Amino acid sequence: MTAAVKDLSQDRQKQMISAHYARLARAKEDGRKVVYTFVPGNLTELLNNLGLLPVLPEINALQSGMRGKTGDYIHIAEKAGHSEDVCTYVKADIGMLKSGNIGPTGEPLPKPDLLLLSYTGCFTFLKWFELLKREYDCPVVMLHVPYQGDGRITEPMRRYVAGQLRDVVIPALETLAGRRVDYDLLRQQLALSARAEDDLVWVLQSARHRPSPIDAYFGGVYYIGPIFTAFRGTTDAVEYYQLLRDEIRQRLKGGLGPVTPEGTLQEEKYRIVVEGPPNWTSFREFWRMFYGEGAVVVASSYTKVGGLYDRGFRHDPSRPLETLADYCMGCYTNLNLPDRIALLEKYINDYAADGFLINSVKSCNSFSAGQLLILRELEKRTGRSGGFIESDLVDPRYFSAANIKNRLESYFQMVEAKRART
Amino acid sequence: MDCFVGIDLGSTTTKAVIVDTRGRIVGRGITNSRSNYDVAAQVARNEAFTNARFDMLGRALREEGGLGDAGPAFEAALAAAYRHECFLGQLQRLENHCRRDLESDRYTHDRRAMGHALEVILAGIRHDAAAVYGGGTAARSDFFRDLAGASYTEHAAHVAREGGPAFDRLVGLFDRNIIPVENEPETRGFAQLLRSALDRVPLSLAQRRDAVAGLLARVAEADLREVSAVGTGYGRVRLPFPKENIRSEILCHGLGAHLMFPRTRTVLDIGGQDTKAIQVDEHGVVTSFQMNDRCAAGCGRYLGYIADEMNIGLHELGPLALGARRRIKINSTCTVFAGAEFRDRLAAGQAREDIVAGLHRAIILRAMSLLARSGGIRNEFTFTGGVGRNQAAVKALHEVAQDNYGSLTINIAPDSIYTGAIGAATFALQGSARN
Repeated sequence: MTAAVKDLSQDRQKQMISAHYARLARAKEDGRKVVYTFVPGNLTELLNNLGLLPVLPEINALQSGMRGKTGDYIHIAEKAGHSEDVCTYVKADIGMLKSGNIGPTGEPLPKPDLLLLSYTGCFTFLKWFELLKREYDCPVVMLHVPYQGDGRITEPMRRYVAGQLRDVVIPALETLAGRRVDYDLLRQQLALSARAEDDLVWVLQSARHRPSPIDAYFGGVYYIGPIFTAFRGTTDAVEYYQLLRDEIRQRLKGGLGPVTPEGTLQEEKYRIVVEGPPNWTSFREFWRMFYGEGAVVVASSYTKVGGLYDRGFRHDPSRPLETLADYCMGCYTNLNLPDRIALLEKYINDYAADGFLINSVKSCNSFSAGQLLILRELEKRTGRSGGFIESDLVDPRYFSAANIKNRLESYFQMVEAKRART
Repeated sequence: MDCFVGIDLGSTTTKAVIVDTRGRIVGRGITNSRSNYDVAAQVARNEAFTNARFDMLGRALREEGGLGDAGPAFEAALAAAYRHECFLGQLQRLENHCRRDLESDRYTHDRRAMGHALEVILAGIRHDAAAVYGGGTAARSDFFRDLAGASYTEHAAHVAREGGPAFDRLVGLFDRNIIPVENEPETRGFAQLLRSALDRVPLSLAQRRDAVAGLLARVAEADLREVSAVGTGYGRVRLPFPKENIRSEILCHGLGAHLMFPRTRTVLDIGGQDTKAIQVDEHGVVTSFQMNDRCAAGCGRYLGYIADEMNIGLHELGPLALGARRRIKINSTCTVFAGAEFRDRLAAGQAREDIVAGLHRAIILRAMSLLARSGGIRNEFTFTGGVGRNQAAVKALHEVAQDNYGSLTINIAPDSIYTGAIGAATFALQGSARN
């Protein structure tokens, strides 16, 4: 490893996020309205268009997880009657709420004026906002996003979602904001979204190089930060992704491996595709288990849950509502099992991966179901080694470091043994 | 002789295996892992080297000993006498620790009585050991702690009944002092121990020792050169080996099973605190695996816990279950809940052997779920790990595997507990050949 040096893009992202949380902390005194919504299928351009501030509970939960707060939050939620099997994002959020709703920068988060429920593949979202509705006593607007059961988006599906946007969601948001959507501005925002998306895809696809200049999972979760949260469709996001792209271009030129918390990885020994979210409570430790073995994640499905762009989709300013509909329906969480398998298979082949790993989350019922089938099918189709580990999103009780390290070491050695034979 | 060593540091036992340049197993050693992996590895390794010398001795006796039909009996007697000698060495160290302990303030009021009781107990243990190593009694375990502990408890109970110090007080003395004894490896070398052992060989056989004296000296002095060693198992990070000499137990078990049964395609290993389902290819290379992740339910400790609950030895559990007449379904694979279920069913009047058979079946059903996750069972199917020694578990495995996957060849080697260490030793040999 070389010494860890913070990239400019990281600083930029940090400033952007801090500024956003500062805006949230001042929201009430500034007279800004706040909308809670989810990452998959988020309608950030619309919210920004109307001057509404988004809060994303999953992001709060994972940030709390990384700051070591979720153990206590989950305990509080369980004391309040939420069972052990409930999604730990939900419990962390409820616990945070009961503990004063302090955000990741230490400033309090404002209460929501509206809950915008974009139902995109995760059925827990429905229950989550039912709980928040009871806590906050505020209106809920639901955007029902049809599941891609047949593995494609049809015109009636598109019309159905765009119709809900036009007839239900936008009127509710306009009422809250006290003004109408500025469609010229929306088109400009969507054009900015597409520019940032181009750069994000370029960055993620840089992992096709050998050595990969990025880690598309542990590093990837930072790269998706701005576009998955409050910044899609902003000049901030466009500038961030340009900066990031330039930095990665430099790494490529220099033949450098990915950045890790302990500096640049010197030797890429394993190229891995990962399915499933990372563990947040032991994020650094989990990451070290990979880079410590010379393993680089070259593609991951988790970095597509808030938008799947590397199959060609870009927000299209010429048809604002339809493109938002396509975005929502195209998120990774909304894909059916055969499509998820096909996407992972493509990643394994396109990124010349040595194998693939599934990190399965017990409490994430909608996402973890079928992962063993995915494992078997990918092994069969690609002939590459599959690995399966279990941990959790933000419940520290379900991250057994010794066991996971043991599995990962075994897995990497299995990949090596198999490679040696072929 | 060039030796390649594999050490498997398991949660319950530590195993060492030595292979020669042709990959032939020439030595095995096993000890309980205790809380000190360093010592456990050293003890198992020393035992494997001792075993390797006995292997050399056996071959030499067969080839040039001139003992004819008496050769095997002489070899067996000498090996037993050697183990007896090691046992007595450890017992002496136990006595030394206990005597030092008796000097402490804890025994101000009953030092004399305790000292006398200790003498009686140790005499009893020596008497029992003579019977075990003389072939008169079957050994319950290979480990000093178990052998000496069982014997100590028995004699302490007798002493207490006869008006000596209280049983708890006597057992407390053993419990405090067995730990340092386990953590002190044998200091005498092979040659010295062999000489002492020879003196213990029965007279009729000892008369032949002159005929083989030169041969014994040659074996004792033979240069066994450790060329390379590979470590595996839970405690592998404790081994002072470079990273490339540390292998995961998954790979070692896969290769070990392949070496023992070359047609193996699926391996099930039930160890003390984990269960592994492993798929291997025709070369013994692992292609897929699953392990219990968040919970150790259904592992070897499950049976250990039940044995403790029933106040019987672990080795008695299997034979008891084989006497079952009815199949009872135990729902829980949680070790603690299974204990509760056991007591509940006993209270309901169900037979102990039937319940215990149900518990064995519950473990195997749990393993089946893991096997299904790893890709199912492919023929041939090899069962390894300490639980493979339990005949009731083996019987349940046959039944459940047949029900789920039809007719299969199920391999269980008598020394399957060494599977991981065999794989590790072979990795050491292969690594050395590559370099």
